[in-house]
Amino acid sequence: MTITCNGEPVRTEARAVADLLHERLGGRPDGVAVAVNGEVVPRSAWPDRLLADGDVVELVTAVQGG
Amino acid sequence: MSALVVAGEALSSRLFLGTGGLPQVGLVPAVLEAARPALVTVSMRRTSSLVEGGLLDALRTAGVRLLPNTAGCLSAREAVLTAELAREALGTDWVKLEVIGDERSLLPDVVELLDAAEQLVRRGFVVLPYTTDDPVLARRLVDAGCAAVMPLGSPIGSGLGVLNPHAIAAVRAAVDVPVVLDAGVGTASDAALAMELGCDAVLAATAVTRADDPVAMASALRLGVEAGRLAWSAGRIPRRSEARASSPVLGRIG
Repeated sequence: MTITCNGEPVRTEARAVADLLHERLGGRPDGVAVAVNGEVVPRSAWPDRLLADGDVVELVTAVQGG
Repeated sequence: MSALVVAGEALSSRLFLGTGGLPQVGLVPAVLEAARPALVTVSMRRTSSLVEGGLLDALRTAGVRLLPNTAGCLSAREAVLTAELAREALGTDWVKLEVIGDERSLLPDVVELLDAAEQLVRRGFVVLPYTTDDPVLARRLVDAGCAAVMPLGSPIGSGLGVLNPHAIAAVRAAVDVPVVLDAGVGTASDAALAMELGCDAVLAATAVTRADDPVAMASALRLGVEAGRLAWSAGRIPRRSEARASSPVLGRIG
C-alpha cells in the first residue's frame, strides 16, 4: 500500500505502526512519537494500530529549538 | 534566593535555555554546566533516521528537565498536534506554546495562540505561552489556565534586548503567574534588566548558542539573571531628574 509519511508518498509492507517504525527507523526508537491522520498513537498501541492505504503518518523527534 | 515555582513545582533556577542554533552537540555538557538552567527547550521535527549520540541523548545524559516547544506552528491545530506528539515522545505535559503569525517577524498570532492555549489546558497540559508584551493578552492567557506567560523582549533572535521595559513591567503587574521573558535577549545585561523589571525568569537561546563563546555567555547570562533578581529583591532607588548628594551637607570645610 501507499501512505504519506512525513509529507512524502511511501510504499510500505508495514501492517501496523510498529512495523513502519521498524522499516523506517529500525526498531522501537526512544524519544519518537507517531501520529496517524492527525491523532497521536501512544507507544503502547504501536503494535496494534493497523495502517491503511492513504494514511497520513508523522514520525517526529526532539531537535534543537529555542 | 527563593525558588521559582511554576504549576506548583519548584524549579532549580530562573534561567531557561533554548538549544536552537548550537553549533555542535558536543558543547551541550559545558553549556549546561555554565548556565545551570531550570528547563531546556527542544523542538519537535519529522525524523527519517535515528541519530545516535544526538541532542536528546546529550540532554538526557545531563539529566536536565526538557521543555518541548511548538516552534514553527502557524495555527492552533498544528500547535495542539505538536504538543501532543511532544508529550508522547518526551513524557512531559509541559509545553512552551508558540504559534507564530508570519515567518518574517516571528511574532505570535495571538488569536490562534489563545485558542491553542485553551485547547491544551483542557487536554491537561501545563502551558507556557510565548506571547507579545501585552498585559491584556497576558491576563486572557492566564484566565485560559496558562501556568506562566512568556512575553517577548524583542523579536526572536534579534538580540535587541527589552525594547519596551514599561510593557514588560505592565505584564508583570497584570498577572499572578510567573512571567518569563522570552526572545530578544542578546547579552547578560538584557537578562538582568528583565529580572530587575520583576520577571520571574528569562529564556535565552541564540544569545548563548550563537555567541562567539557559548560557554562563557551561558555563565554570563546565569550571573545576569541572578544579579537582576537580587537587584529587584533589594528595591532600587527611585529615578530623580536632579542630583542628590550622598555626602553630608553639614560640616563642609570652607
